[in-house]
Amino acid sequence: MRAVRLSVVTAAATAAALAAVTGCTEKGSSGSDGDRVISVTATDDKCEVSKKEFPAGHVELDIENKGSKVTEVYVLFPDDRIVTERENIGPGTKQKVTAEVKAGDYTIACKPGMKGDGIRQAVKATGGTVAKRDPRLDAAVAAYRKYAQEQADATVPLAQVFATAIKDGDIEAAKKAYAPSRIGWERTEPVAESFGDIDPKVDTRADGLEAGQKWTGWHKLEKSLWQDKKITDEDKTLADQLITDLTDWQKRVGKAEITPTSMANGAKELLDEVATGKITGEEDRYSHTDLVDFKANVEGAEDAYELLKPVAKENDAALVTELDKQFAALNTLLDKYRADKNSYDFTSYDKVTEPERKQLSDAVNALAEPLSKLAAAVVK
Amino acid sequence: MTETPESPAGSTSRRALIGWGGAGLALGAAAVGGGVAVTRGGDDVQTVAVDTGGAVEFHGGHQAGIATPVQDRLHFAAFDLETDDRAEFVQMLKDWTAAARRMTAGQTVGEGAYGGLAEAPPDDTGEALGLKPSRLTLTIGFGPGLFEKFGLAERRPEALVELPQFPGDNLDKNRSGGDVCVQACSDDPQVAVHAIRNLARIGFGKVSVRWSQLGFGKTSSTTPEAQTPRNLLGFKDGTRNIAGTETARLKKFVWVDGSDTDTNSAWMDGGSYLVARRIRMHIEPWDRTSLQEQEDIIGRDKGEGAPVGKAKERDEPFLKAMLPDAHVRLAHPDSNHGATLLRRGYSFTDGTDGLGRLEAGLFFLAYQRDVRTGFIPVQRNLARTDALNEYIQHVGSAVFAIPPGVRDKDDWWGRALFSKEV
Repeated sequence: MRAVRLSVVTAAATAAALAAVTGCTEKGSSGSDGDRVISVTATDDKCEVSKKEFPAGHVELDIENKGSKVTEVYVLFPDDRIVTERENIGPGTKQKVTAEVKAGDYTIACKPGMKGDGIRQAVKATGGTVAKRDPRLDAAVAAYRKYAQEQADATVPLAQVFATAIKDGDIEAAKKAYAPSRIGWERTEPVAESFGDIDPKVDTRADGLEAGQKWTGWHKLEKSLWQDKKITDEDKTLADQLITDLTDWQKRVGKAEITPTSMANGAKELLDEVATGKITGEEDRYSHTDLVDFKANVEGAEDAYELLKPVAKENDAALVTELDKQFAALNTLLDKYRADKNSYDFTSYDKVTEPERKQLSDAVNALAEPLSKLAAAVVK
Repeated sequence: MTETPESPAGSTSRRALIGWGGAGLALGAAAVGGGVAVTRGGDDVQTVAVDTGGAVEFHGGHQAGIATPVQDRLHFAAFDLETDDRAEFVQMLKDWTAAARRMTAGQTVGEGAYGGLAEAPPDDTGEALGLKPSRLTLTIGFGPGLFEKFGLAERRPEALVELPQFPGDNLDKNRSGGDVCVQACSDDPQVAVHAIRNLARIGFGKVSVRWSQLGFGKTSSTTPEAQTPRNLLGFKDGTRNIAGTETARLKKFVWVDGSDTDTNSAWMDGGSYLVARRIRMHIEPWDRTSLQEQEDIIGRDKGEGAPVGKAKERDEPFLKAMLPDAHVRLAHPDSNHGATLLRRGYSFTDGTDGLGRLEAGLFFLAYQRDVRTGFIPVQRNLARTDALNEYIQHVGSAVFAIPPGVRDKDDWWGRALFSKEV
């Protein structure tokens, strides 16, 4: 997951959590659609809202900047925590912002010139009940949280096998344990990456290092095993460090912010990981075990998708048909690169020819394009 | 386009009138260039739009992007089929047509590039926002491979032949062939790239891009009154090309009609055939060649572009005055039983080749009524003896059947080919 996307997902998740709801669906909300739209007209010295009371639940702000300065608009809790925001609204432009709010007092603030406390309007969300989300989505989030935890729980012992082999100086055993130790991580990478600090320690590639950053984690050890063909004392320390960092992940993964939207986007991001790192052979450039990571990414995306499928199917049946078809097609193609469908013993990626890589890339594009529409189908 | 002259400016330039008057000479000579910037028609002779921002009509009996005055930039893409499902491919053609109809009018694809659902990626990729239509044309073609699928074998026109191997060809299969092609031409490169990018995106899962080529600096014009463009050899190219306004020559040499087709290939009425060749130029050796030799090789002088022994670019060439292996002499219709092509090529420079040399040349595009009496005999002649062969190499090749135009808002690319009854 890239930094920009990370911040967006985190912001959305935070806003949702603060609003005491865990997702962004308007299903079950009361009130007609018109009640839920608040027009906000921002100028250089005014911040006009079309209504000061609206039903709790899903609300939409239709913002128009009629001023001469770039502005931003916030929905704030009484203590100034942010429910939602939209920055960089240029003069003469319109923007939409949506949020989930429970009953209570809020402030809408426009900030012409994007500074200061802004011009404020007190507003109120009414209604005694919090907007109800589709219980199936709550169940999907709960199931996915459990899944992410299971992946971490299963990974730590496999990583331990890898670390032990390194510390024993056993190159062959370490090579054998390398790819399996990454599967659980690769399946749930967007969740792990949402913590920000763990991913750089365990999964950074040589080209991802900043000046002065010490290289730790799987890929440094991969290089020692396959390229340098020797295990140094430092590598043995790094093996211990890897276990420490993965244990940290295992402890924290259950607390990750997860919403139906972040699940769907996470599935799409796993395909992005495949498209940018695995198809090119950059991910495991020394061991050439890219197809193992590839498969794990696809599995993780498919598992998240399966949990969201019942709701997505109701909102966009054609999308679900297409996703089922494209997941199957990609899995069938991947199976050509392993003799046993129950094993993760895939063809070494340096033996995969250019035309074969193109074929894999086409199959990834064919899946990722419709997968990018899953989030919208879930919150629709 | 013949049916719909674009944004007529209303007045006839002096130059245009001269060009038109001179066209009589050009007629009968073949691969002639000549652009006449006038549209034909009794009293209402009109200059073709010079406004590079305008929109070209998408609908018509023939596809736009062939007789249309040549735009400045090109993005050409060849696609491989990825689906075996006929209905799915037909739906993609309909989706492509809808997107092409909007993009050529300067509009965004689908529901636009912003303002939609925040959780969904926008339908349009956005980089053409705020840009003019820039005379964007999108022209689709079907390669031989398409007819091996979907039960279309019988519908393959006889004229859609695979090109033979010509002497000197060094074809890269990754830059050759394709089941479907789209030619995007525009006066703004970003508009052309946006069009191909969005069509490729709509096509994921149904087709995948096999290769694509960017082009700049049109090397032939279809508007004879305009300055004849120069190719990367530094010579004027396309002096005697078929003009977009020469209805009779277009009918004779470019458009397929009922006399060319049978029941199975009737879907091609109003269409054409396209040959695309990526021709690498050995730029550096050429630049070290003396002026005299360069002019002898081409058969025209470098400054004016006049044929050997003549004073002016548009003077009728006297072929026997040229060396027997001069390029213009060998390519001339008189040397090829009258074979005449509508050329629409672009220069390309894909950076350098790793050996410090320009990776550059001509992306040759030629439209014709029948490849067997068009490109093939001309290229056979050239491949055998052209003095220019020392400085060029054909490295990519493809041939496509170009279906007729999309008639109206309910029509779509390939409808006649895919409909049950012809």
